[in-house]
Amino acid sequence: MVKTLIIGNGVAGISCARSLRRFTDDPIAIISDESDFFFSRTALMYVYMGHMRWQDLEPYERKYWQKNKLDLIRAKIVSFDFQNRQVISEDGNKYGYDRLVLALGSVPNKFGWPGEELDGVSGFYSKQDLERIEEKSSLIKRAVIVGGGLIGIELAEMFHSRNIPVTMLVRESEYWSSVLPNDEAAMISAHIRNRKIDLRLETKLKSIRGEDGKVKSIVLDAGEELECDFVGITAGVRPHIDLLKGTPLSTDRGILVNEFLETNIPEVYAIGDCAQLTSVRIDRKAVEAIWYSARKMGNALAANLAGIKTPYDPGIWFNSAKFFDLEYQVYGTVPNKIEFPLDSIFWKAPQDEKSIRLVYDTTTNEIAGFNLLGVRFRQEVCHKWISGKSKISDVLSDIRLAFFDPEFFPDYAPELLESFKQKTGHNIQLRSSGKLNSILQFLKS
Amino acid sequence: MPAFTKLQRIQNNQLAFIVCAFFALILMLWISFDNIIWSGSWIYILLLLSLSITGYAWNQYRNEHPGIKNNGTWFSGLTSRSWSAWLTAIALTCFYVLLYWWPEYLGLRPQGNTGLIAIFDPLSYLLKKQPASQWFVYGVFYTLFILFFGLKFIWKYRHNAYQRIRTISVMFFQLFFAFLIPEWMLRMNLPYNDLKNMWPLNYYFFDAWNIESFKNSGSIGWFFLVFGLLMIFVISPLLTYFFGKRWYCSWVCGCGALAETAGDPFRHLSDKSANSWKLERLLIYPILFLVIIMTIGVLYTYKTGQPELLGMSTSALRKYYGFFIGSAFSGVIGVGFYPLLGSRVWCRFGCPMAAILGIQQKLFSRFRITTNGGQCISCGNCSTYCEMGIDVRAYAQEGKNIVRASCVGCGVCAAVCPRGVLKLENGPEGGRLTESVISNS
Repeated sequence: MVKTLIIGNGVAGISCARSLRRFTDDPIAIISDESDFFFSRTALMYVYMGHMRWQDLEPYERKYWQKNKLDLIRAKIVSFDFQNRQVISEDGNKYGYDRLVLALGSVPNKFGWPGEELDGVSGFYSKQDLERIEEKSSLIKRAVIVGGGLIGIELAEMFHSRNIPVTMLVRESEYWSSVLPNDEAAMISAHIRNRKIDLRLETKLKSIRGEDGKVKSIVLDAGEELECDFVGITAGVRPHIDLLKGTPLSTDRGILVNEFLETNIPEVYAIGDCAQLTSVRIDRKAVEAIWYSARKMGNALAANLAGIKTPYDPGIWFNSAKFFDLEYQVYGTVPNKIEFPLDSIFWKAPQDEKSIRLVYDTTTNEIAGFNLLGVRFRQEVCHKWISGKSKISDVLSDIRLAFFDPEFFPDYAPELLESFKQKTGHNIQLRSSGKLNSILQFLKS
Repeated sequence: MPAFTKLQRIQNNQLAFIVCAFFALILMLWISFDNIIWSGSWIYILLLLSLSITGYAWNQYRNEHPGIKNNGTWFSGLTSRSWSAWLTAIALTCFYVLLYWWPEYLGLRPQGNTGLIAIFDPLSYLLKKQPASQWFVYGVFYTLFILFFGLKFIWKYRHNAYQRIRTISVMFFQLFFAFLIPEWMLRMNLPYNDLKNMWPLNYYFFDAWNIESFKNSGSIGWFFLVFGLLMIFVISPLLTYFFGKRWYCSWVCGCGALAETAGDPFRHLSDKSANSWKLERLLIYPILFLVIIMTIGVLYTYKTGQPELLGMSTSALRKYYGFFIGSAFSGVIGVGFYPLLGSRVWCRFGCPMAAILGIQQKLFSRFRITTNGGQCISCGNCSTYCEMGIDVRAYAQEGKNIVRASCVGCGVCAAVCPRGVLKLENGPEGGRLTESVISNS
C-alpha cells in the first residue's frame, strides 16, 4: 500500500490521479482549496457568459470520484513537512503520504503597480476570481484590462457579453504580437476593435487610483487618467510556489523537475503550471502554463509512479484559442518574427477573417509550422508533416488532407497554392481530395 | 457561487416573446368560444405569427456579429427552467391535449367549424376544397413555426454553411413533402401521403385502411406502397450507411425539423448524465419492439381476419400504442416539454424510427464525429449544447471518434466548439470505433 497524495485538483493533478488509478488500487487522495470537484479552468468564462452552468464545467460526474476511490479533500495546505512526509492545512490537519505530487498551478503576475491591492483589482484564474468578478459586475460601468494575452481577451469578451464597456491596455504594437506574426496580430486587433472594445496598443499602466479602498481610475504611462470600476490584471501567470520558498525543495521560477517529473526530494514530484523542467527541448519553454502540457505531465507521471519509466514528452507544439468569434490554431514552429532560414507562405481570404500561414525552412524546404485564423486544420496530419520533415511542396499539394472545417465550407486550397506561386514562382498541382479515406491512408502510411 | 446576473437586454426580449405568445393563446381560445370570424382573418393570424417570430429573431441577432451566440442562455428565464419556461410548457401541453383529444374546444364541428378551426376553413378550401380539421390547423402552425424559427436559426448560425444548408433542407421538406404535397393529393382525390414519413414513425403505414386506400388509388397508390416499403428496407438503410442517421433526423424529418428550429433555444436542457443514457435505452428499444409487435398484429388481422394474435386484440394494441406513444409521448411530452427537458425528448427517448436508424448507424455506417488530436480543452460547450444528451466532451477529451446510436448529426457540437475540435465526417467504416491517431495522453 503506497499512499499517493496530490495537491491540486486541476487538469495536471486529476490526469495523474485518473491515470494512476488504472495502474493500481492503492489509495490516492487529492487536496484542493479551490473547488470540491475538478472543473475545466479553460471554460470559466462560459459560466460568466451564461453559456454553461458551473456543473457543466465538471467533465466527470460527481459520483465518478467515489466510484474510482479517488479521495477528494477540500483543504488549504499552508506548510510542507518533507522530513516526516506530511502536509499541514490551514486548520491544522496533517495529511501523511508516501508519495507527494505537487500540482499547484499558477497565480496571476503582478508588477507592483501602485494600487494593485485595491478592491476591484483582480486576476482571472480561479473559481474565486470568477465569483469575485461576478459579484462586482452589476456595478461596473467601465472595466480596464491590463495585458494582452489569452486571458485578457477572455475577460474582454466576458464583459462585452454583459454590455460592460471595456478598455484593453496592450504594451505591444498589436494584440499579442509578442507571439503572433504581425499580419495575424493585426487581424485580431481589428477583430477586437470591431467588437467595440477600446483597444489601446503600445500603452502601459502606470498606477491604479482608488477611493475608499475601491478602484476609481487608472493612469496610463502617457499620463492620461481613465475612470473605471474594475481592473483585470492579465499580464501572464507564474508558478504558484510561494509556500515552498525556504523549504528543501529546489525551486527557481517553478519547482525544478527532471524529465521524469521528479524533484530533488525523493518521492516528491511536480507537474503542470508549477513545474519547471531542468532540461528543456530547444523549441519549448521550461515552464508552460498550457492545458494539454499539464494533462500530458499528469499522465506521464502516473506511468512513472506505476513503475513504467516514462520521460515527459511535450510532443510537437500546438495550441489553440478563440478571440471573440475568431478561432486560432497553431502547429509546430511559428515565431512572431520569421527570420532566415525560416520563411512563410501567407494567405488571407479577401472577404472573410480567415488566414493560413505555412512556415518552412528555406534551406531544406521542410515544413516547420502552421498558423491558422478562422480555419481549422487537422492536428494529426500537421503533426505527421512536421515530424516527418515533409517538403513544403508536398504539404501544399496534399493540403486538403489537413482541412478540418465543417462540411460545405469553402475550399481555399487553390488560393493558397496561388499565394505560393506568387511568392516562389513554383506551380503546384493539388493531388488530394481531402476525403476521410485518403486522410486515414495518409496517416497510416 | 453567486447568482449570475441576468442580462437586461435578454430579459426584455424574452418578456416580449412571452407576452406575445400569451396573447396569441388567449386570442385563440376566445375565438373558439365566440364565433367571431371574418373571411380572410387567417391571413392576419399568420401574418401576426410570422411577424412576431421574425421580429423577435431580428431584434436578437441584428446587432450581433456572425459566430456562436449563446450569451445569457442560462440567465434567460425561458431557457433556464424558470417560471416562464414552466408557463410555456403548460400552455403548449394544454394546446396538445385539446388538439388530440378535445378538438371541439378549438372549434371542430361536424356541422360546420367554429372558432380557431373555422378561421382556417378558407385556407383549407383553397388548398384541398374541404373544411379545415384540427390537423390542418396544426399542420399550418407546425409548418410556419419551422419556417420562421428556421429563419431565426439560420440567422443565428449564419457563419456556418452546414447549419444553413441543413436548415433549408428541413424547411423545404416540411413545406412541400409534409404539408403542401399531401394536401394537394387530397384535392386531386388521391390518398394523403407524406413521402418522407416512414414506418415505424408513421405507425399506421401497415394499417388496413392505409393499405386499402393505397390499393384503391390506382398506380399512384401502388407507387406509394412500393415506395414506402423501399424507403424502409432499401433507401433508408443505404442513406444511413453513407451519411449516418442525420440524413433523416436532422435533414428531413418533421419532428426533427421542429426540434432543430423552434426547439433550438432549449437544446442545452437535455440531461447528459449516464442515468439518462440508461433511461434512453430502456425506453427507445422497447418502444421499437412494441411497434413491431403491433404492426405484425395489425398485418395478421388484415391478412387472416382474426382479431386476436396470441390472445391479444390487435386493434386494442394499435389503439394503446396510438394513444400512449403516437399522441401522448410524441406530441404532448415531445413538444410540450421543450422548455423543461430540451428539444429532442421524443427523438431521444421515444422515436422507434430513431431507434432503427440508430442501430444501423452504430452497426454499419460511414458516419462518425472525429476529434482533433489533443486540442480539446474539456470546456464542455459540446456536451452542453448536444440536444441528444450525448456527453460529447467525454469522447473529445480522450481524442476518440464519436459513434453513438443516438447522434442525429446536427453538427452543433462542432459549431459551438471554441477550439475547432469536432468534425462530422463520412469515411471508411472499418476502424471508426477505434481510430485515433494521436494519443491524447
